[in-house]
Amino acid sequence: MTSHEGSHIVPLRVNWYVYAALLALTALTVAVAYMHFIFLHVVVALVVATAKAALVMLYFMHLRWASKTVIAMVLTMVTLLAIAIGFTFFDVAYR
Amino acid sequence: MNEHARTHDAETPRIGMWLFLFTEVLLFGGLFLLYAVYLHRYPDAFHLAGQGLDRPHGALNTVVLITSSLSMALAVTALQQGNGRAAQRRLLVTLALALTFLLVKYFEWSSHIHEGIYPQGPELLKLPPGEMIFFNLYYLMTGLHAVHVIIGSGVILFTLHKISVGSVNADNPAFLENAGLYWHLVDLVWIYLFPLFYLVV
Repeated sequence: MTSHEGSHIVPLRVNWYVYAALLALTALTVAVAYMHFIFLHVVVALVVATAKAALVMLYFMHLRWASKTVIAMVLTMVTLLAIAIGFTFFDVAYR
Repeated sequence: MNEHARTHDAETPRIGMWLFLFTEVLLFGGLFLLYAVYLHRYPDAFHLAGQGLDRPHGALNTVVLITSSLSMALAVTALQQGNGRAAQRRLLVTLALALTFLLVKYFEWSSHIHEGIYPQGPELLKLPPGEMIFFNLYYLMTGLHAVHVIIGSGVILFTLHKISVGSVNADNPAFLENAGLYWHLVDLVWIYLFPLFYLVV
């Protein structure tokens, strides 16, 4: 049996580290929201949210240990979503 | 072929679940696109309307959902290691946190509804179009998300039952793993909803 056929067991310790990182990023994004002098707060909020999403997907959703098939599927999905949201938004924004 | 040596296929149900999650991502993705377009059109109105949301409640619910994701991840690890009892305990924690999330959301929504701020509500209709759109999107997106929390809670209950009767166990954990994937997706959606509605504006 090859490794990708079974289920990877994520050590409890790793789950707790990811949890701590997610809490720290939440605190960061809330703190940034109260700093009115930061003009790029939309960008900062989205970058922090994406960092949190990446942690959840890689560790809690086991993508770090997923098969090539699943990883290819997810990357395709992310690309399609970026095209759908990105291109439509730019079309509306510069109309 | 030795039937007893056959291991359960974990990859096929996993791929099926991811395919389902993609349809969920497109569902919410369309709404996020709507949000982006209206934020671009009415930045000042979104800013004003966003002041009306309660940041501490939103932050609390973010911590609640992240913690529920942790307990779900811990439940998956426990079951894979053969500890069904621990998996069940952690699923109960996840379930309790899901209900906590819904309770906080209930308080938030009822305070807005009391003020007449709800779709077609008397106070909402007096607001300029940008702020009206902000609150309509807020109710639509957090409402759809709350429906997912409720469905996820049902899935967790069903998983608890399946572990109890022994049909989900260390040799066959796919159902719990997929319930976990669904639950983490619900968390992922909130990870974007929270800053977009409570913080950005």
